[in-house]
Amino acid sequence: MLDIIVSGLLLSGTYALVAMGLNLQYGVARIMNLANGEVLVLGALAAFWLYTTAQISPLLTVILVIPVAFIGNWLIYRFLLTPLVRRSKSQGQLEVDSILATFGISFVLIGIMVSIEGGFFAYKYLSEPISILGSTTSLNRFIAFLIACAIGIGLYLWLNKTRSGVAVRAVAVSTEASGLVGINVPRISAFAFALGGAITAVGGALISTFITLDASIGVVFTLKALIIVIMGGVGDIRGAIVAACILGLVETAVATLIDPGLTLAAAYLIFILILLFRPQGLFGRAST
Amino acid sequence: MIHTRFFKRIAVAATAAGIAFASAAVAQDVIKLGAIAPKTGPLAGGAVVTQWPNVQLWVEQINARGGLQVGDKQMMIELIEYDDKTNPGEHIKLAQRLAEQDKVDFVVAPYGTGFNIATAPIYGRYGYPMIAVSAITDKMEELTERYPNLFFTLGTTTAFVDGVKEILIEKRDAGEIGNEIAMVNVADAFGIELADRARDLFTEAGFELVYDKSYPLGTPDLSPVMKGAKDSGAKAFVAWSYPPDSFGLAEQAIIEDLDVAVYYSAVATSFPAFSGAYGGKINNVLGAGGTNVDDPKIAEYRAAHEEITGEVADYWASANTYAAMQVLEQAIVGAATLDRDTVTQYIKDNTFDTVMGELSFENNVSHTFWSVGQWQDGVFRGVKGSNVDGAVPVRLKEGWTE
Repeated sequence: MLDIIVSGLLLSGTYALVAMGLNLQYGVARIMNLANGEVLVLGALAAFWLYTTAQISPLLTVILVIPVAFIGNWLIYRFLLTPLVRRSKSQGQLEVDSILATFGISFVLIGIMVSIEGGFFAYKYLSEPISILGSTTSLNRFIAFLIACAIGIGLYLWLNKTRSGVAVRAVAVSTEASGLVGINVPRISAFAFALGGAITAVGGALISTFITLDASIGVVFTLKALIIVIMGGVGDIRGAIVAACILGLVETAVATLIDPGLTLAAAYLIFILILLFRPQGLFGRAST
Repeated sequence: MIHTRFFKRIAVAATAAGIAFASAAVAQDVIKLGAIAPKTGPLAGGAVVTQWPNVQLWVEQINARGGLQVGDKQMMIELIEYDDKTNPGEHIKLAQRLAEQDKVDFVVAPYGTGFNIATAPIYGRYGYPMIAVSAITDKMEELTERYPNLFFTLGTTTAFVDGVKEILIEKRDAGEIGNEIAMVNVADAFGIELADRARDLFTEAGFELVYDKSYPLGTPDLSPVMKGAKDSGAKAFVAWSYPPDSFGLAEQAIIEDLDVAVYYSAVATSFPAFSGAYGGKINNVLGAGGTNVDDPKIAEYRAAHEEITGEVADYWASANTYAAMQVLEQAIVGAATLDRDTVTQYIKDNTFDTVMGELSFENNVSHTFWSVGQWQDGVFRGVKGSNVDGAVPVRLKEGWTE
């Protein structure tokens, strides 16, 4: 039982890392970013590459990745996505356009990564056993969990306790209304998109210490992130974290108590139930 | 003055280019070789280790030698390669393009069991001999009967399970393991077929599967699986796994300090990256494949592979993939024609001298292959195989420390 809770919570940390970035990008900047998984794998590739060629600790890479991913994502938003935002007449149209655009971007990113490393990003960092409450787990997962917690708490406090955070939440609620009260919507959107990308890349660097990735695996993470974001409620960071916890705990419980083969089925069952009974997500606002 | 000299130079250059062009036209004698395999998608990680480097190596070596002697012509190889994105539909479209637009003379068989089976009809329709390597199935007889151009070289599902079974029986007879086995498999066609076969064969041999579970492809956390296997108390662990999970299972086995005497994981255990990631911790881990690095032919091949592609060859299907290219090479030279039917018939009727030794086909199937290998002090050596020399004794897994 304790095994389930410890392993489940650690897995939740991984899922939170995967989904928090997309939550900001979709919730605030309103970009349904299908290249989210590729940005994550890019972070993983950076960690793998720096570790195997220069013995740079992935934890240091995590810090290096933040500004690079932030600027990279800001440029993507500024030059590739802003034209879509400008010309779209409705949010629905922006979603369709951004899905197509980011789908294309994902292929470009895959191509770049394959040209750097086509095989598996196989390396090990801190895969030492540690015991938490009598349950054995690995140090790298635990560290990823701690950083996920720090990012989650940091984001929550920033969004709820600071002026700039309130502005971001205002944009998440309504771009038009926040524009009317003097919030610089394009700037906030670009900032949220870039920050989301940076968080995702950090997640990738951390995840790569315990999951072996390759250049093409991004779509798996994009799908997981989508499920979590939609389950949690678009644009609410608490929702993403709670949804990540539910998925992590349920998958681990099912794998331990019933059968590991049913983890995916269990995850999608919860997803369907939430779509049926609470289509706006756990913390989402019902659309008026 | 300057101008005239300038024009003269251009004229000379143009003539030279013209001659070069003309000679290229006379020696239009190139053999066009088409290769379609994943460079992206779920199987790309395996294909860029096992498939692509060997195609590249073979083409470069042949061309460096001045091409192939086909009858009275010396022909260079022109390689046309496409990424099928690990999508069978895409592969079939591209195969059509190879045949209709690029008009290639021969093809490299696809990567992956499913892909070889899915594309056999289209390659068969154009008459291309298809020497499949990365394809393991028990349905070879049925398939080669239906597609007479299809050849298999890497062994059957049963042969792979048998290799593992023999080891388990040996270790049980030696008193190192009991009757209990913990077995897991990835829930896709490959893992399910092997696990089904293993369930029958292991049970027949008197073993009891005390833990027998599957997990979905790409499971992010395999710790519940490994904890379950550990709690079963079995001294033998067998995983019919695919690349990302073979790594993930080893990682969890190290974390959980899985106490077993026999540890086996299937695909990608033989990849140099596997040992690169875990070093001495995975010493004495068993896996699908194997090779005999002491064989001078293999040693020479591995050295060339590293020199030309910059990567260390994997310790399993890399050599078979290269051997399949050698079969095609010797069949083209031997048949002295690019006529595909003649070449196909030549493959059926002859024996070929390859890095894997003498290869010949019995009803389109070659029975020369390694089935189980083991990491022994940094080298993945073959321990079980069919018609191969140099198998070393199996060692016991003793802990997971370096």
